[in-house]
Amino acid sequence: MKGRTLNDVVFVDGVRTPFGKAGDKGMYAQTRADDLVVKVLRELLRRHPELPPERVDEVAIAAATQTGDQGLTIGRTTALLAGLPRSVPGFAIDRMCAGAMTAVTTTASGIAAGAYDAVLAGGVEHMGHHPMGAGADPNPRFVADKLVDPSALNMGFTAENLHDRWPELTKERADAFAVASQRRYAAALVAGKIAPDLVPVATRSTAGGWGLATADELPRPESSLEGMADLRTPFRPHGRVTAGNASPLTDGATACLLTSADLAGELGLPVRMRMVGYAFAGVDPEVMGIGPIPATEKVLTKTGLGLSDIGLIEINEAFAVQVLAFCDHFGLNDDDPNLNPYGGAIAMGHPLASSGVRLMIQLAREFAERPDVRYGLTTMCVGLGMGGSVIWENPHFTGAPHATDPAAADRRNGAGK
Amino acid sequence: MTETTTLTLPDEVVTQAPVRLIDVPGIGGPVALITLDNGKDHTRPTTFGPQGLRNIDAALDAAFAAKPAAIAVTGKPFVFAVGADLSGIGAITDRQQALAIGALGHRVFRRLRDSTIPTFAFVNGAALGGGVEIALHCHYRTLAANAAMMALPECFLGILPGWGGTQLLPRIAGPANAVTVIIDNALNQNRMIKPTQALALGVVDAVLDAADYLEQSLAWMADVLSGSIDVPRPDHRADETAWAQAVAQGRMIADMRTHGASPAPYRALDLIELARTADLAEGFAAEEQALADLICSQTFRAGVYSFNLTQKRARKPAGAPDPSLARPVSKVGVIGAGLMAAQLALLFARRLHVPVVITDVDQERLDRGLAGIRREIAGLAAKKRISDDEANRLTALVTGTLDYADFADAEFVIEAVFEELSIKQQVFTDLERHVPSTCVLATNTSSLSVSAMASELDFPQRIVGFHFFNPVAVLPLLEIVRGEATDDGALATAFATAKALRKGPILVKDAPAFVVNRLLTRFMGEIIAAIDEGTEPAVADGALAPLGLPMTPIMLLQLVGPAVALHVTETLAAAFPDRFRVSENLRRIVEGGHRTLVTFDETGAQTVDPAVVALWQRGGAPSTGEGVRGRALAALADEVRRILDEGIVAEAADVDLAMLTGAGWPFWLGGITPYLDREGVSEAVTGGRFAPKGVATLP
Repeated sequence: MKGRTLNDVVFVDGVRTPFGKAGDKGMYAQTRADDLVVKVLRELLRRHPELPPERVDEVAIAAATQTGDQGLTIGRTTALLAGLPRSVPGFAIDRMCAGAMTAVTTTASGIAAGAYDAVLAGGVEHMGHHPMGAGADPNPRFVADKLVDPSALNMGFTAENLHDRWPELTKERADAFAVASQRRYAAALVAGKIAPDLVPVATRSTAGGWGLATADELPRPESSLEGMADLRTPFRPHGRVTAGNASPLTDGATACLLTSADLAGELGLPVRMRMVGYAFAGVDPEVMGIGPIPATEKVLTKTGLGLSDIGLIEINEAFAVQVLAFCDHFGLNDDDPNLNPYGGAIAMGHPLASSGVRLMIQLAREFAERPDVRYGLTTMCVGLGMGGSVIWENPHFTGAPHATDPAAADRRNGAGK
Repeated sequence: MTETTTLTLPDEVVTQAPVRLIDVPGIGGPVALITLDNGKDHTRPTTFGPQGLRNIDAALDAAFAAKPAAIAVTGKPFVFAVGADLSGIGAITDRQQALAIGALGHRVFRRLRDSTIPTFAFVNGAALGGGVEIALHCHYRTLAANAAMMALPECFLGILPGWGGTQLLPRIAGPANAVTVIIDNALNQNRMIKPTQALALGVVDAVLDAADYLEQSLAWMADVLSGSIDVPRPDHRADETAWAQAVAQGRMIADMRTHGASPAPYRALDLIELARTADLAEGFAAEEQALADLICSQTFRAGVYSFNLTQKRARKPAGAPDPSLARPVSKVGVIGAGLMAAQLALLFARRLHVPVVITDVDQERLDRGLAGIRREIAGLAAKKRISDDEANRLTALVTGTLDYADFADAEFVIEAVFEELSIKQQVFTDLERHVPSTCVLATNTSSLSVSAMASELDFPQRIVGFHFFNPVAVLPLLEIVRGEATDDGALATAFATAKALRKGPILVKDAPAFVVNRLLTRFMGEIIAAIDEGTEPAVADGALAPLGLPMTPIMLLQLVGPAVALHVTETLAAAFPDRFRVSENLRRIVEGGHRTLVTFDETGAQTVDPAVVALWQRGGAPSTGEGVRGRALAALADEVRRILDEGIVAEAADVDLAMLTGAGWPFWLGGITPYLDREGVSEAVTGGRFAPKGVATLP
């Protein structure tokens, strides 16, 4: 028998579909969820001809709702539909919003342990076809036995609960963060930071014929604080959470190629990130938005790093308030330039189970531009009270200070290492 | 000329052509993407009628107005476009209208070719006829690797690719490939080209995987526009010799398949020939004239009629009982292990995937039969027609027995034993002691009375005739015979079984030799009689050449087997001595053991075997070829009339369907009655037509 060794896990590449507006008027209204996955899987293989498709050991695809066009073990169906060899297995995975993140961490563990050499991991959510929780039959004991507050099952309510818990997280701060997210996304788009990671998707409308989705559909670059002030608060009368400071309902798919560092070396695959560690943590379902806080504390403990070691953070903006809670906890400014520098889900959208890999795709692109940054964090909150955090190392790290970002340099110096 | 702006055709399912301006990575301006879509699902593919063509014209107006970087045309899911709406074209009665529809297609499609903006066809699915032609007008073509069908089937139906196909395809793919697609495939039972063949033939420039076909077609477009992909366009017109050879080859194929009886392929070949030297304006004008001539031809009317029979009537057999009365068939018995029985056993096993038990009179014959079936299965696997797993499955499904007790749980038993009533009666009487009372007992008899076979049974209602045509795996016809006692349950089970066997059955009443053999025997009887009387065998045998039948009467006699033909003739002569007569010469041929009746002379021409000619004792009253043809056609008309008057089948259409799919008679005859009607034979012989003018003939 071979001896046991642990492998380094590397993120070779990631792509996503343009994110579309969920619902009848969205660009993917007549496009199947599994077809969205097929496009990203094929694009990854096309971008990496140096990887023989039969070397893929697993296709792990997440979806929060696993019925209809997201059903039937979507990791396997999409592998077959994408034309991968039949010898390549696949599975479906679910951790609600952190589905793709969990697809990555689970298969990464397999790579680390030597069960896999190369995997495709990602997620999809066609929220137009599958509204969150559709078809679910929650156990009546959740409410009858007061296991959770009824508000825990509605993500908007949990965001309002966060505002209650920390009154200093005001609607004004949330709105300002949201406007900044839109601005940052718009700037990143113009600077060419978004399009390279998108795979075009043919879209069909019975009346309008075929089209091609090449850009995200949801961003509102024209957003302003004034415009946000009067938006409806759909979750409570006189509440604080609005369509402006929350991520919109979204259709989209993501996937990435992870391999062992050895295989990447053997095949000459580029390495965009190296996984350092990950952790998931549970919190009160009523305030699921704080999930990234304990998850991040946990992964920092496990990896022996401090937040000061983290030069870039990609946090999912399910709701602005939930990011602000994270910032307050770790002492970051609301407008920290190293947190979501390309904007986030408030601008792009949050197709639940696919967002985890979207965070990684952006962090990987930011890493390439920031040789001063050694470590980055991808983190997100998860429905029913969880958080997930993954720390990545930048293979482009040179140790040189970032000329345009003295704040980051200060923070690093302040860490006293 | 009828104004192309006002031309309409009845019941057009109008194709819409929405245009979207899309951004494509790598292309500097918008791309105008036109989707052809008739608003129905893939079971009603997109077709082109006058309004649809005008919609495409309007779409092109919008596309050009946007000054895009490129224009592309694609189709709804699984379908690109399947060409002109056949029922609409088939309804045109006026040559001006026929000219107008050709001109309209040319005018609209040509805009794609004449465009200074690059144009692309993204053939995402089924493409037939005009669908292929609109793609040929585009500057570049991609094809989806899963496209189910691609063909120019016009000559198969009796017209020609008249929206540019005859002029563009030889220019693009070369004359030889154009002849393959337009002539050879069309006349070869309308053979489709697979995507890989389309690429090899040069009909398309690239074949792209179905999983992201449109996305990759657009990426391919970007590469073509940027120059990183070069699409070679050789000048095929420079090679006069190759062009002439291809056209000559096409004429040879047309002669072989139609014997000059259908004008369409010849007109198409004339146009392909013209394409080498003519410019497009001249070529398209000639196409319009030829198309109009053919749309207004009897052969095309018969072609449309035949197409509808084989596509529609064969799937919904006239007079079949309610399908819900059919009983499940989960085990089949075959009595006999001879050649026919073995073919039947294999067909049932392949199509029904249920156990098939065969039997014969002794172990040796049984073993021989089983061995033959296993050889066939192994052959199918060796040719990759079936997988090894499927071969194992079929081998296990077919078993042999010498004990009728093994039929105890069979639900459908068919006999293919010697054609003698008493033997068949005995088989069924013995069987009845073992099979359940609901088991259908089917006979593959070609001429004996089904009712007579049932007469001694306890449950005569279960007997049906189930008459296949040789080769049973190929010919789609099944004559399903209702005996006097046959009940609806047995009949419905027979029809359901026929459907599962992928056959196109017709319902016939129990009568000697049913339909196809009765007509062929009557017709062949006239040829044989003419020779008996003193006509030169070659003259008599060649008399039917103008019909373009798949083979001469004597060749048919050889294929059927003189002994079998003699047997059927005897049955019919006993039933109808006024019209059927056993030729002593035929008897002598059978007794002499002659199985070869035709040979080929040193020039390759088919002749009647000199040995057979020598045997033939002829009288002194020879007929001309014309005379022989006249009496043979008159006999056919008379016999069809009698078949209809006796109620053997519901309508003349069933006779025609049977001749098309059981005897392989050609589309341009419409089976047979449209030809008899249009030639005036029906009226002269029977005093009336089989169908009113306009049904299967010109109005």
